[in-house]
Amino acid sequence: MALSKLSNLYRQVIMDHAKHPHNNHELDRADHEVELRNPTCGDVLTIQLKIADKTVIDAAYTGTGCTISQASASMMTDQIKGKTIAEVEQMVLGFSDMVMGKDVPDQTKLLGEASILQSVAQFPARIKCATLAWKAAYQAIEESESND
Amino acid sequence: MDNKMNNLLNDFPILQEIVNDEKLVYLDNAATTQKPRQVLDAIRNYYEHDNANVHRGVHTLAQRATEQFEGVRQKVADFIGANNPQEVVYTKGTTEALNWIAASYGRTHLHAGDEIVVSYMEHHSNLVPWQQLALQTGAKLKYIGLTVDGQLDLKNAQQVITDKTAIVSLCHASNVLGVINPIKQVTRLAHQHGAIMVVDGAQAVPHMPVDVKELDVDFYAFSGHKMLGPTGCGILWGKKELLNEMPPLEFGGEMISNVGLYQTDFKAPPYKFEGGTQNIAGVIGLGAAIDYLNEIGLDKIMKHERRLVEYVLPQLTAIQGIEIYGPKDPRQRTGVLSFNLTGVHPHDLASALDMDGVAVRAGHHCAQPLMKYLGVSATARASFYLYNTQTDADLLIRAVLDAKEFFLNGSF
Ligand SMILES: Cc1ncc(COP(=O)(O)O)c(C=O)c1O
Repeated sequence: MALSKLSNLYRQVIMDHAKHPHNNHELDRADHEVELRNPTCGDVLTIQLKIADKTVIDAAYTGTGCTISQASASMMTDQIKGKTIAEVEQMVLGFSDMVMGKDVPDQTKLLGEASILQSVAQFPARIKCATLAWKAAYQAIEESESND
Repeated sequence: MDNKMNNLLNDFPILQEIVNDEKLVYLDNAATTQKPRQVLDAIRNYYEHDNANVHRGVHTLAQRATEQFEGVRQKVADFIGANNPQEVVYTKGTTEALNWIAASYGRTHLHAGDEIVVSYMEHHSNLVPWQQLALQTGAKLKYIGLTVDGQLDLKNAQQVITDKTAIVSLCHASNVLGVINPIKQVTRLAHQHGAIMVVDGAQAVPHMPVDVKELDVDFYAFSGHKMLGPTGCGILWGKKELLNEMPPLEFGGEMISNVGLYQTDFKAPPYKFEGGTQNIAGVIGLGAAIDYLNEIGLDKIMKHERRLVEYVLPQLTAIQGIEIYGPKDPRQRTGVLSFNLTGVHPHDLASALDMDGVAVRAGHHCAQPLMKYLGVSATARASFYLYNTQTDADLLIRAVLDAKEFFLNGSF
């Protein structure tokens, strides 16, 4: 059955995150908010961050989308909480490299659970879905730095 | 299927491709169609034997290239029932053709307070040029609504089109809903109010006989790559009087009759619009595509697609959780079927179908206002063409059922 190949992309963890996403709500006082649109499907994702002392103290997202974009946003918001801005920047770049099929040193340490999205590399049409949340977080962080 | 339809699979080498270990089932024809050997051979033959620039030079190859390039103008004119090959302007596609109408005819004919009328089902390329024109001229952009089953609401059209309307621009067939619009009726309405009628024929010319004279429209645009031809070549057809009134948009070689130091006289249409070296091989490929379609007959192609829709639509509808957009009656639509499966995002659905070798499109299909109108962010879309078979339809249904099982019951 050809569809069994699908389970390479849609691992159970990914399905679980998409069905029961973490941090899928609005923050009551976000410092930074970035809304991004997936150009192919028009899905809109909004990332909100609370940042203090150059550290992400809270992260959440709203918006609907495909399994990949939802799971990715859910995992990302889990993983970046408590990380410094510099660390998050490293994570975003690492994630982007990973889904494009490049080797990322210490990938699991860097990205935690989100490293399971490595499987997206075999589905190039879905890279944009996976990176949407991360791009939004990156922009939010840049915004925070330029406001300093 | 008669013999001609049966044998044509051999003409499309790409349909033998294996993708993800499955035989390709190509159902993304609304995006672009595959090319038969005859078209590929025509392009190759041109480059191997006749390649030269057209309209320039007296040598033999230049003559041969020019003859073929100009010969296609007549073929196109005959294909769409136009009076005169001089009314056929080569463009790079539907988008460029519609942009030229807006930027040239529109900019020189519209005034503040005039109205431009489109519908909610337009492709961005038949929408954004008119938005821009409205912003530039102070004209107002208005929309004709749709009925609940996704047809153009003719009653609403009668209210929206008024004596203030200067331009009505509609798709002949929708790239999302598959619905075929009553162009002749709307054209009559537009003309009664002194407006001109522009038609985006990108999804119609490849799939049904089109006669611009019979429709009585003023401009008609379409793309070669959606009708078996190569990419980068399309057609703007316009009534001669209107093309005469329009200023060219690109200045340079070929489009001039006399160049002075400070002033230039332009050639007559269509040449005044065709600045610079044209997509000669593309035009010749389009000519071969038209020959191919004529050989089979547009009537037959339309019937073939309708039979496939009659076959697949009830099966797709019967799948619980499937919503189909556009008319339910196969006689009112082309081979374009947009749908959603409750609980499964169209991107996920399309990835799943791809694993079964079934190529469909998922997204907003360059029609974001329509998505909003339908209350969805995206849809999946399967679109059939002359080389698709009942087996393709069966494989689509099976793949949708597989995907449903995978995402909703998690069993694999
Ligand atoms: C209805 C419709 N109009 C316009 C276009 C634009 O055609 P092209 O991209 O060939 O210019 C398309 C194709 O995507 C279409 O489906």
